[in-house]
Amino acid sequence: MAENVRPRVKAPRQASAGEEVTIKTLISHPMESGQRKDSDGNTIPRSIIHRFTCEFNGEMVVDVAMEPAISTNPYFEFEAVVPEAGDFKFTWYDDDGSVYEETKSVAMA
Amino acid sequence: MKKITCIPALLSAGAIMAGAAYAEPVEDTLVVNGEIEMTTWTEPSDAVEGKLPQLISGWHFRGTETRAMQSDDFDNPGMIFVEDAKDAWYTAEGDAGKSCAGCHDDVADSMKGVRAVYPKWNEEAGEVRTLEMQVNACRTENMDAEPLGYTSTDMTSMVALISSVSRGMPVDVATDGPVSETWERGKELYYTRFGQLELSCANCHEDNYGRMIRADHLSQGHINGFPVYRLKNTKLNAVHARFKGCVRDTRAETFAPGSPEFVALELYVASRGNGLSVEGPSVRN
Amino acid sequence: MTMTRRNVMVMGAGAVIALGLPMPASAAADDKISEFTGGADMASEGITLTAPEIAENGNTVPIEIDAPGAEAVLILAMGNPTPGVAEFKFGPLAASQSASTRIRLAGTQDVVAVAKMKDGSFAKASSNVKVTIGGCGG
Repeated sequence: MAENVRPRVKAPRQASAGEEVTIKTLISHPMESGQRKDSDGNTIPRSIIHRFTCEFNGEMVVDVAMEPAISTNPYFEFEAVVPEAGDFKFTWYDDDGSVYEETKSVAMA
Repeated sequence: MKKITCIPALLSAGAIMAGAAYAEPVEDTLVVNGEIEMTTWTEPSDAVEGKLPQLISGWHFRGTETRAMQSDDFDNPGMIFVEDAKDAWYTAEGDAGKSCAGCHDDVADSMKGVRAVYPKWNEEAGEVRTLEMQVNACRTENMDAEPLGYTSTDMTSMVALISSVSRGMPVDVATDGPVSETWERGKELYYTRFGQLELSCANCHEDNYGRMIRADHLSQGHINGFPVYRLKNTKLNAVHARFKGCVRDTRAETFAPGSPEFVALELYVASRGNGLSVEGPSVRN
Repeated sequence: MTMTRRNVMVMGAGAVIALGLPMPASAAADDKISEFTGGADMASEGITLTAPEIAENGNTVPIEIDAPGAEAVLILAMGNPTPGVAEFKFGPLAASQSASTRIRLAGTQDVVAVAKMKDGSFAKASSNVKVTIGGCGG
């Protein structure tokens, strides 16, 4: 289990119906690529977040399949439409089976 | 803007052979979160004794995207560590059952201005203290807790938290009075050539800032931006960890973090940056 | 100028290529593109890939893609040991088919972005990023 994995999201707290908003997400995670070797020369096994999804009230905004070439502390910025009041749900899937989630509610302005 | 000074044959030889470029530090303004205005380019401090025509923050020597990462607390990955430290600030640790907040309350109020004046003299202890030393003193004496490793992630994150609430304030480290002996020692170290490569801090950061060393853009070597989130190792780096690396890179036996040499050097280097804003945690290459 | 040991070492260091030697594109990378497009042609317009000309550090390189009307965008680092970087799928609530992220590049190489449009066509953009070797090993 990767330690100290902390998701962070920047999303507006309110928006008008149909408004386009910018979402920024960051999650602290080493994204061990599987290319590095330890001091004994053994390859450190890959352990990354391999998928990130963002939904709003159950509808997909973005779904990203991630490879080891995504930097440590994966960062994504993208745009979403807010049709109505509701919740953004962010999910990160780790190779080790862990799933990290974050929810941000948006009220109608 | 580069002061004309006698460039050591050492680096000029390499420069001429490789056609090393001099690149102007970029003119740009740093405002963090649209609020914190940073002084990143200012008149020379007293401490540089006329050797630098201006003080320029390391921020100006980095590329466009790197500079942009520091201008927003969300984009700045160093802030992840600050948040971790904030949790730690409110967590009781040690046999006394106290947390930092227990005595200091809100970090943004109680620690405002602290980073800007460190390292500084501690009268009771009779020594110059860095922030790390003070954190550990608080832990061992007041919290009855174990000291943190000097350059450990926990410690560096805590220093970043304390630094973050002083951002925008000018560095204002004392160089006279009880610290003057330590300051003189630090200055001596700054100008001492170390290692097989026989390089002193000044050789790169005073005599050749703005030049390219391989593909790195040499800065003036100020530490107002520490702790630094380096893209290279995607984590926060402490001052002494950087000093240790620099000395090691001259191919010398390097000093240990927390050693009297590095405490003195930190005091001196910090004072060279007097006038620049506290930027830590900053983002560099 | 006297040739001291110091001077010779520095001259040698200075003469080393400042930029990482370019990484050759792997066959695996081309396969990944074919897999994504099914061998179809790719237009050179319709997708914008923004990447720095010189990456400050290969460990964390900021990039941005923008492909209006795309369903999915595949990003590859043609010279990395494994070329795959990410595949973005845009859903109905994506305001634009654009995204930014930070990637790792093992050396100077082309970064390629291929967009699969809603109408079944494909577009490709490529950007050469120079990945540099830093100074004092630090």
